[in-house]
Amino acid sequence: MTWALVFEQLLNGLQYGVMLFLMAAGLTLVFGIMNLVNLAHGSLYMVGAYLAAAATQWSGSYLLGVALGLAGTLVVGMAVEVIALRTLYERDHLDQVLATFGLILFFNELIAIVWGRAPLYSSLPPWLQGHVKLFAGSTYPVYRAAVIVVGLLVAALLWYVVTRTRLGMLVRAGASNRTMVGALGVNIQLLYTIVFGFGAALAGLAGLMAGPIYAVQPGMGELILIQVFVVIVIGGIGSIRGALAGAIIVGVVDTLGRAFLKPLLGTVIPPTAAEAAGPALASMLIYLLMAVVLAVKPAGLFANR
Amino acid sequence: MLEVKGLCKSFGALRASDGIDFHVAEGETHALIGPNGAGKTTFISQLAGDLRPDAGRIRFAGEDITALSAPKRARKGLARSFQITSVYPGFTALENVALAVQARSGHSFRFWRDARSDPALTAPARQVLEEVGLKERTTVLAGNLAHGEQRQLEVAMALATRPRLLLLDEPMAGMGIDESQHMIGLLASLKRRQTIVLVEHDMDAVFRLADRIAVLVYGRVIADGAPESIRANPEVRAAYLGEGA
Amino acid sequence: MRSRLIPWGVAALLLVALPPFVIALGAPYYVDLVRRILILAIAAISLNLILGYGGLVSFGHAAYLGIGAYAVGILGFYGITNGWVHLLVAIGACALVAAAIGAVSMRTSGIYFIMITLAFTQMLYYLGISLEVYGGDDGMRLKSKSQFAGLVDLRDPVAFYYVALGVMLLFVFLTYRIVNSRFGMALRAAKSNDARSRAIGLSPYPYRLAAFIIAGAMCGVAGALYANHTSYITPGLMAWHQSGEMMFMVILGGMASTAGPVLGTFALLLIEEALKGWTEHWQVILGPLLVLAVVFFRRGLAGIFFKPDA
Repeated sequence: MTWALVFEQLLNGLQYGVMLFLMAAGLTLVFGIMNLVNLAHGSLYMVGAYLAAAATQWSGSYLLGVALGLAGTLVVGMAVEVIALRTLYERDHLDQVLATFGLILFFNELIAIVWGRAPLYSSLPPWLQGHVKLFAGSTYPVYRAAVIVVGLLVAALLWYVVTRTRLGMLVRAGASNRTMVGALGVNIQLLYTIVFGFGAALAGLAGLMAGPIYAVQPGMGELILIQVFVVIVIGGIGSIRGALAGAIIVGVVDTLGRAFLKPLLGTVIPPTAAEAAGPALASMLIYLLMAVVLAVKPAGLFANR
Repeated sequence: MLEVKGLCKSFGALRASDGIDFHVAEGETHALIGPNGAGKTTFISQLAGDLRPDAGRIRFAGEDITALSAPKRARKGLARSFQITSVYPGFTALENVALAVQARSGHSFRFWRDARSDPALTAPARQVLEEVGLKERTTVLAGNLAHGEQRQLEVAMALATRPRLLLLDEPMAGMGIDESQHMIGLLASLKRRQTIVLVEHDMDAVFRLADRIAVLVYGRVIADGAPESIRANPEVRAAYLGEGA
Repeated sequence: MRSRLIPWGVAALLLVALPPFVIALGAPYYVDLVRRILILAIAAISLNLILGYGGLVSFGHAAYLGIGAYAVGILGFYGITNGWVHLLVAIGACALVAAAIGAVSMRTSGIYFIMITLAFTQMLYYLGISLEVYGGDDGMRLKSKSQFAGLVDLRDPVAFYYVALGVMLLFVFLTYRIVNSRFGMALRAAKSNDARSRAIGLSPYPYRLAAFIIAGAMCGVAGALYANHTSYITPGLMAWHQSGEMMFMVILGGMASTAGPVLGTFALLLIEEALKGWTEHWQVILGPLLVLAVVFFRRGLAGIFFKPDA
């Protein structure tokens, strides 16, 4: 276990955290402004991955694939908002959970009908392949580094939007109050559709970035979504800052845990026990972390509402 | 019975409670009046235990209850009625009051016996309902009761816990003339046996029922004494221009 | 209560008569189908206690289905096949886990509570996957069904069916008694009006936690029965799809009613069965159906037949 290895896993954790952040930011935006809990957020992640992979294959150009994937997810998101979600804003959270759960079933199966259940292959263009040199002779995959950079750029963009624009003011005020929003002279229906589309685009971005690293298959959205929930619980719902902090924490803890817990355990308990306990404990790590945070701060670290 | 010293509560820059002192002797009916926004609801919430004060102490029957939660205070005998009707709309009036009786009894971890037909609960509940004048309405769902009847139910639920102090937050809110008179009659009959803190806008009721009146303006008590002295107080008149004292 | 005995009696009689009827018709498959529905109805009944009557939107209830099933599986793995031991361990393990999860989760409310219960269940799911010795992701085969020596042989499909039916009816009755007891009234009051309950001295937390534990234990029994039914136990039992399905069974049937979870389970699973027979991509139809059900059909099936309990 060398320092280079630890550093590499730290970067991986950062990379995973950045993706979690993109998802968490979208989810928390929608919840903060529209008071809507959307379980189908993971489905938008999946749609982004599939559309980008398909568009890349069809057009032969990675960048075009990315652009089409993002645009496509944006459109799908807005369509879902207009068709299915409008009636849910006034309903309680239980109804929203159940209805969006139905959407998950729908999307997973729709994807399976169009593309089948086998994992889809996502290719990378040559300029994103290979490794980049870091200090002390260690290297890091170019693509993962790019993911980190893009993610942090988006985080900066979001920070700008939240602190410098009117929309951001709404987010910070936790404006799920339609009359207040209306009093600002805003077309509420249009605003909601745009916000939801924006959140969908964030999810789609996370999805298309995930494609080359993780498996692109039906149901991929739900696997990450639950971790996104942990991020939001830890960071505090309604807070972009909390989403970033929570995402980095969860990403790093989860990645480091999976990489190092088994060998670490192996130094204190017999290797055969560590073989079983290591992965088990590693998979539970972020949930235990969540429980600890909750015990100390029931509303999350940066609670907003 | 109730002793409040130096109660302070701020919401950001707003001082809702600004060093309030308030004393209620046993058996006394002490009214609290003040213009809207004076901080009456904030004060009641702190007394009931729903809000934690930033500073100050609350003593109830000789015991410091400042740190106690609302359910604990209720179990010590501090009962309240809400300004905005807060009952169990899906349950009948009888079931509502029976729940209050059950809460008082402290034996709520029983899993088998049907609570709806348990005379230990229903008998005292019927008694209280008769006392407040809802004898004919026991089987009506609380959500279907007329507004005035719901206010009576609020008082009934507070009474059913056999309290040592009643905190009544605008019991007459939204009532018509007849209903108000009926409620005043009910409160007058309670006066003899209960210690009451009465928050009200209805001046007729206040001056008929109160032994002492405290006036709250912008979070501070500007006057506190017998009704006649309050009526004659120039500061109070100024604060209450046109409110009909 | 009187008026409800008749529909329940009729339903029970129909269910009792089902096995001989379908066997005579040469379609014993339906015994298995309805038995599965009965077992999952038990799980739905347990969820109804906390969701319907308690107002706790627990998205992680499938965890107890899984724990109950794994209790049977793991004990069987080590050669312990006594059915009573299986049940005891299933109930005990579920109660302990529910106590732990409940104690942490119930410090929160609303959207947090939903996410946290979901997260904890997912944690158990991952735990199940990572325990390779018990099959991991692939799951484990049950070597022998729970033995209830002399009393009943669960290998007999019809006998097992009647066991499931009996347990379900028992739990319906138990739930009925619980929700109308002092405890049940306190729980339902807390759901109806949290502030009012605190004002009269009923702090909601202990009742909700107790209900959470009871519901978990009840679901553990369902899990133990389910393991015997499928003879195969996978972590997928604890996946959140299962939790979501269970919630639909409760909602569709009508929350806060004794008949609701049973009606809802039958309705949902029979619809699924019909759709599955039609196309392998049945979820693409079920999904929108569920959305429509939530949007238009909130009161549930029981609301059509019975007045809700409040």
